[in-house]
Amino acid sequence: MIDIDRPILETRSLAKRFSIGTRFSAEGRRTIHAVDNVSLIVRRGETVGLVGESGCGKSTLARCLVRLYDITDGKLLFEGDDITSKSLSELRPLRRRLQMVFQDPSASLNPRRRVGDLVAEPLRIHGRLSSPEITARVAELFELVGLLPDHVMRYPHEFSGGQRQRVGIARAIALNPDLVVLDEPVSALDVSVQAQIVNLLADLQEKLKLTYIFIAHDLSVVRQVSTRIAVMYLGSIVEEGPAEEVFATPVHPYSQALISAVPVVETTPSGTRKRIILTGDVPSPLKPPLGCRFHPRCPIAVDRCRSERPELKEHRPGRKVACHFPTLS
Amino acid sequence: MILSVRDLKVSFRTHDGPVRAIDGVSFDLEESEILGVVGESGSGKTVSLLAVMGLITDPNATIEGSIRYKGRELVGLPPRELRRLRGNEIAMIFQDPMTALTPVYTIGWQIAEQIRVHRGVSKAKAMERVEELLAEVNFPNPHEAMSRYPHQLSGGMRQRAVIAMALSCDPALLVADEPTTALDVTVQAGILDLVRRLRAKHRSAVVLITHDMGVVSELADRVMVMYAGRVVERGTRTELFSDPRHPYTSALLGSIPPLTGQKPRRLPAIPGSPPSLLRLPQGCAFGPRCPVRYGPCEAGKPGLGKDAHAAACFRVAQA
Amino acid sequence: MLYAILRRFGQMLFVMFGISVIVFLIFFATPGADPAARIAGRNASPEVLAAVRHSFGFDQPLYVQYTRMMEKIFVTGDLTSFVNRGWKVVPAVMDSIPVTLSLVFGAAVLWVVVSIIIGIVAAATRDSWLDKLLMALGLLGISMPVYWLGEVMNLITQSRHHDKWVFSWVPPLGYKNFSDDPKGWFLTLVIPWITLAILYIGIYGRVLRAAIIESMQEDYIRTARAKGLSETRILFRHALRTSLIAFVTLFGLDFGALVGGSALLTEVVFGLHGIGKLTYDALQNLDLPMIMATVMYASMFVVVANAVVDFVYILLDPRLRTS
Ligand SMILES: Nc1ncnc2c1ncn2[C@@H]1O[C@H](COP(=O)(O)OP(=O)(O)OP(=O)(O)O)[C@@H](O)[C@H]1O
Ligand SMILES: Nc1ncnc2c1ncn2[C@@H]1O[C@H](COP(=O)(O)OP(=O)(O)OP(=O)(O)O)[C@@H](O)[C@H]1O
Ligand code: SF4
Ligand code: SF4
Ligand SMILES: [Mg+2]
Ligand SMILES: [Mg+2]
Repeated sequence: MIDIDRPILETRSLAKRFSIGTRFSAEGRRTIHAVDNVSLIVRRGETVGLVGESGCGKSTLARCLVRLYDITDGKLLFEGDDITSKSLSELRPLRRRLQMVFQDPSASLNPRRRVGDLVAEPLRIHGRLSSPEITARVAELFELVGLLPDHVMRYPHEFSGGQRQRVGIARAIALNPDLVVLDEPVSALDVSVQAQIVNLLADLQEKLKLTYIFIAHDLSVVRQVSTRIAVMYLGSIVEEGPAEEVFATPVHPYSQALISAVPVVETTPSGTRKRIILTGDVPSPLKPPLGCRFHPRCPIAVDRCRSERPELKEHRPGRKVACHFPTLS
Repeated sequence: MILSVRDLKVSFRTHDGPVRAIDGVSFDLEESEILGVVGESGSGKTVSLLAVMGLITDPNATIEGSIRYKGRELVGLPPRELRRLRGNEIAMIFQDPMTALTPVYTIGWQIAEQIRVHRGVSKAKAMERVEELLAEVNFPNPHEAMSRYPHQLSGGMRQRAVIAMALSCDPALLVADEPTTALDVTVQAGILDLVRRLRAKHRSAVVLITHDMGVVSELADRVMVMYAGRVVERGTRTELFSDPRHPYTSALLGSIPPLTGQKPRRLPAIPGSPPSLLRLPQGCAFGPRCPVRYGPCEAGKPGLGKDAHAAACFRVAQA
Repeated sequence: MLYAILRRFGQMLFVMFGISVIVFLIFFATPGADPAARIAGRNASPEVLAAVRHSFGFDQPLYVQYTRMMEKIFVTGDLTSFVNRGWKVVPAVMDSIPVTLSLVFGAAVLWVVVSIIIGIVAAATRDSWLDKLLMALGLLGISMPVYWLGEVMNLITQSRHHDKWVFSWVPPLGYKNFSDDPKGWFLTLVIPWITLAILYIGIYGRVLRAAIIESMQEDYIRTARAKGLSETRILFRHALRTSLIAFVTLFGLDFGALVGGSALLTEVVFGLHGIGKLTYDALQNLDLPMIMATVMYASMFVVVANAVVDFVYILLDPRLRTS
């Protein structure tokens, strides 16, 4: 029996820090706070979208979630089971159920192997299938992701970007995973091809009952794909809630600026939206500001923001925000 | 008329055979007008504008057609003459601000270099101007910023430095190749705002290349859509977005997910992918992906016609 | 800055310590490498061997022998050669340093200047006949063995054509002190400089050409063209400086190695008693104290050369500067 409401994946105050430099370099050892105090619950069957500026820690969080990175602090639970510090061999059975798809479809596929082999590889490593069964499964996967059966003999360079991303997706779903983390899976693709992949992901989710964590810098794509979104700023989640609601009524000053900044196609020249333009640059994760991390750029910051860091808490059922003064704009 | 391009053709000799990257592109640009050029990767946006700047240095390239800047033919102009225009009357902003500046000089020096080369002023004079320019593109502390090296600036600041450099000699024509593609949306919003303001002030004409329909609709007066090296539709922004005529334009607009309102369950996607220039389909290049193709489409290449709002499609011509 | 210098110094001590231990172990602790047997001769009787052992201190524990040797090199400076017990190794090394430095410095100036010119000209006239000619000559320079080239030079300038006016100025082989006879110093070294430089001119010219051509593909060169700069200005101001980074790396390595003793062949052909020759002879005789002293000197120099390279890097590339 699967408990529908039990989270499939949960993080509790998860943090990832990188050390750069050595004791011998001029500045000595320094710490990058790439992900800081992230508590996130992912439920079965939903798609959680992660958005935020470049360098805010989306990819790092994604890699922590599938344990491609070791976690510095906090906890990571998969179906209630603490996997924060499980060893690689203990993780092996889980690997099958947690998969990841990367941005650049060509960089993640070995150019010297036929794509059929590439898709079969995880089946050989993890599965207990015989050779003919593997061949049959590869054919099935190719059909699922919309590639032709005779494509199995081709090499990655013989495909377009969109087709290569289909191969990447076929590989990720080969072992019937429960959760797939997609890090910018459509960002390198042309607009016309992007829509195909977005549709494919939606179809697969429905057919295979997948749970997604989806990262993209194109906010309208994230909104299309996600049921829930989490807005990140400088390593932490500043707002979280149902995708359409957050887009319609963002509460955190940063989410408001972010969403208002997206240029949209307007057929009537009059309908210009109010735009919030942020001043200043994203602070360095080497030296995150004290208090609210957004305060140096926040248009409504007050003294309290400079000293006291707001917690991410529910301000309305289903909506969480990390700000002392959540406002509806 | 600032710029008038007629039947521009650019082809490259490659190992796999000749590639016609630009196949008969024509367009006009009026003073202080913003022309948006949209199209997918490889559709020829960059190459057509590099041709205008005389910056195609590949020895395997051939350029045909006519490019007139203020009535003066640029194709075949001696390099010395071209250099006098470049950076002075025609300036360019490139896509990737991370690599567009020489890493070993301060941004102040690099901007001043352009002013000194074209205006022959003293270094001190040039530096004064640089400070003004940096203030104009919203550097909080322009004097201090002049002595910064590119790697000490964020992507958004570098792009603003590049814009300051482009504006340094008050160009009549500014060519911007995906000026915000490498930037975050929040930073992009600031840059687009800046371009809008500067255009109003300097009255430069701008050619804005992008693949983001949203950016075009925010900034451009007129729009040109490219596909496989040809212009498939042109018109004013309103015409193009409220009444797209070419099947490719409407499909492209349809495949962008909305930011507000009801989410469609599935996005209307265009099947297939853009063709390789080495193996173009017979007739209309969009044919294999076109939902409304019919008999004549394979027989010949549809032309754009003379109208202000025009689409290169047999269906449109017929209607 | 002070911190950086101190760090370098610490690094140097560390490297020298490591190397000295390794050298020491190779010559003393390797089975069969009995230095006493070497000194006493092949057919020495056991008594003689024992006496030699005692007199050189080989019967002491290894660490005692090691510390005593280090003390004699760095503190008292009176370590003596195994070959000739009246010969102190530290002054011997000190006497050889000016010879090697004169040879390497002069050659380096020559090869840096000429190869920069060749690299720039070849890159600027890329794929023309001039470029092809220069690159072919460079390849020729690389492929001529120094020893052979030196002998040919000697043959021409010392014997066969010495009396012709072109070469009559060439003095006999050997080294003259700069302080005693600056003109003689210069004249004796001209031919060795050229000989040593030819190889490096070939390598450096080709490396620089490739680096310039590579930087000419960078995005910022396109920006420079869009600014309306002339090709000459683009080459000298924008492409050359970034290209010199590869050049400097190579230079640091080669210069350090040459000063450290690898100009050996040139020194031998031209009868210059420099560090290379000294090391070579010491190795021939398995003269451990001399080997140790030259190795210490060489490793010190390699670290110093590296430090200088790092400094030049920082001058060339602001990205490496830290605030
Ligand atoms: N392996 C690493 N070592 C050191 N620092 C890292 C490493 N990976 C990421 N970082 C730093 O951590 C921060 C977060 O990076 P991350 O790649 O997660 O951002 P992101 O949100 O995915 O950005 P983007 O949108 O550009 O992909 C950045 O400052 C980055 O420089
Ligand atoms: N030097 C060259 N040699 C051969 N082909 C070239 C060369 N430069 C460009 N092309 C080809 O010309 C076509 C048009 O390229 P262009 O860079 O103009 O595309 P684009 O529309 O700017 O695309 P993107 O959005 O990716 O920048 C491409 O198919 C490209 O491969
Ligand atoms: S806590 Fe203060 S600084 Fe932070 S987002 Fe809210 S209002 Fe702005
Ligand atoms: S010409 Fe034909 S194939 Fe081309 S766009 Fe028009 S209808 Fe479609
Ligand atoms: Mg990322
Ligand atoms: Mg381009």
